[in-house]
Amino acid sequence: MASSLSRRGFLVGTGLAALPFAPAIAQSEPARIGLLTVKTGPLAQGGIQMEQGLTLFLKDRNNTLAGRKIELVSADTGGNPAGAKTKAQELVERDKVDVIVGPLAAFELLAISDYIAEAKVPMLSLAAADDMTQRKPNPWFVRSSATSSQCCHALGDFAAKEMKLQAVAEIAEDFAFGYEQAGGFLRAFEDAGGKVVQKIWPPLATADYTPYLAQLSGIDGVWNGFAGSNPVKFNKQYADMGLKEKYPVVGGWTAYDDALLKSFGDEAVGAVSASWYSTELDTPSNKKFIAGMQRDYQTLPGGYAAGTYINGMCIEAALEKIGGKTDNKQALIDALRGVSLTDTPRGPLRFDHLGNVVGNVFIRKIERKDGKLVNSIIKTYADVGQFWTYDETKYLAAPVYTRDAAPAKL
Amino acid sequence: MSQWVVLAVNSFSFGGLLFLLSAGFSLIFGLMRIPNLTHGSLFMLGAYIGVTGLRLGLDFWSAALLSGLAMAALGGVIERFLLRRLQGQELPQVLMTLGLSFIIADLCLMEWTGDPISVSTPGALRGVVPLLGFVFPIYRLAIVLIAVVIAAALWLMLDWTRLGAMIRAGVDDAPIARVMGVPVSRLFTTVFCLGAGLAGFAGMLGAPILSVYPGLDAEMLPLALIVVILGGSGSLLGALVGSFVVGVLYNFGPALFPELAYVVLFLPMLLVLVLRPQGLFGRQSL
Repeated sequence: MASSLSRRGFLVGTGLAALPFAPAIAQSEPARIGLLTVKTGPLAQGGIQMEQGLTLFLKDRNNTLAGRKIELVSADTGGNPAGAKTKAQELVERDKVDVIVGPLAAFELLAISDYIAEAKVPMLSLAAADDMTQRKPNPWFVRSSATSSQCCHALGDFAAKEMKLQAVAEIAEDFAFGYEQAGGFLRAFEDAGGKVVQKIWPPLATADYTPYLAQLSGIDGVWNGFAGSNPVKFNKQYADMGLKEKYPVVGGWTAYDDALLKSFGDEAVGAVSASWYSTELDTPSNKKFIAGMQRDYQTLPGGYAAGTYINGMCIEAALEKIGGKTDNKQALIDALRGVSLTDTPRGPLRFDHLGNVVGNVFIRKIERKDGKLVNSIIKTYADVGQFWTYDETKYLAAPVYTRDAAPAKL
Repeated sequence: MSQWVVLAVNSFSFGGLLFLLSAGFSLIFGLMRIPNLTHGSLFMLGAYIGVTGLRLGLDFWSAALLSGLAMAALGGVIERFLLRRLQGQELPQVLMTLGLSFIIADLCLMEWTGDPISVSTPGALRGVVPLLGFVFPIYRLAIVLIAVVIAAALWLMLDWTRLGAMIRAGVDDAPIARVMGVPVSRLFTTVFCLGAGLAGFAGMLGAPILSVYPGLDAEMLPLALIVVILGGSGSLLGALVGSFVVGVLYNFGPALFPELAYVVLFLPMLLVLVLRPQGLFGRQSL
């Protein structure tokens, strides 16, 4: 307890520290954003970018949103559910944050969802678990990135209609994010006339994909839903087996995220992917964001950094609507869900009544330009929501995409 | 048909890599009775050091050699200054190697960031050989060759040199070997260096296939454990056979029983533990 007091004293200034809980002073105190991220372990790659994106946003705004000073409290969950729970409680109960950005992974999000609803703290996460805004919605949750299946619906449509693929093998990690992405791709792809003929689920930790790649047959394309560092390994081994020349490969946003481009070599050239973000989008805020990331971190940002930067913009817009006051959390979450922005690094965005984003989905293709790999945008699907072109009621009546079940026809 | 041929060839290729990883693990386990849980970290750190070597302009093989030497040196330091202090206390030693693996993982994250690093295949081995409608990368075949050469060298060393005789004596019964005048403590350091060096070398050799990323350590360590439990600790032949058995399980398991990838890998290990705890080629402990 002593350490938490001295920490707050240090942050707020000794004058205020004596009266931190007095209501009259509450609103002149800085508002606190708690960031739940992962800075250690295998998920740290995305987690570090999440912190960079949000830090950059606050720096761009001089740590002031809607006239109110902002303080960022960053917590490392270690990338596991128990850690996420502990850190979420710390942020809420000790640091008294007004809003939480994060966590990164779906299993972390699911571990704290009930607690957040109970504590009534608005939360903006990049974690993609479909049901967080579908069959088990959390009223305190806002997602400005995408559900797992959101971009893959568009990709399925594109693969069938424009790439003219007919028989595709799906390969993704053996966990919910993989199933939900694969399900989204499958439904839209098959509705547009294609057919998924193989589904392959390697475990999350797979050193060599060759045993799985040897099984591919009777197909004219491959969809993959890999995440983290697996895409780099997968694409190298795919090309090493001579498959790149045989079957074109398409993938979800984590499989070909812009932040991975520096890790890829020629093996990834030609890969087509669908993402809610692209560094190639030419808007003022995206240019500013990318320039900032290159200035401060010497890196090309991907979805994780863009996601928290955009979350920052949503918080800013919400605070402006309610005059910078954060003591009424209901007003804050209502304002957040009512946010509608025209210029963000991903283009225009708004939220549906379940708190999930409606916005652009970009179809990108990896090309080599001036020696560097870039994800060139080859098509933009505008105003894409989590239900694609389907009727919401029917969509929600069907079960969430799983490992084996082919989704019900709508 | 062609699928099975590819899987069979890849079983040997992956087995070769596993042998390089596990040979040292097996010797350390056999001699010092410590399952060295830092072994996966030495594999990963070796790969990272190799990457830095490449960036400094070394060619691939010099970088791999550098990885091996650097990890051998680190292994010596770990044995001499950390494990030595806990000599005879197996549980604290195991916990120390576990703690070290976490420390190394976080230091790697600081130095090489979380971004996965892809390592290009060394130029001369970049091609492929056609294989019944599939193609198979030459580099993976080269790994089998390297593994066999190193296995032969280790066998010569263990069976035909004075050092090898001392190591065998130490594996069989360390206290008696000590009484007979074998410098067991120095032997521990030597074997630890050798095992760590092999792991580091294997890390760089594996990098063009696996790439290098945080978490690689934790992915490889269980494979080394299975190899050693199957083959029997302290036995070179055991490590070799164990590696190829795991290579086969790793390749054919997912193709035959796609739902049971881990079961196929770990069930034989459990069976061996229950039915023949010393492993297929291990000696009954005294």
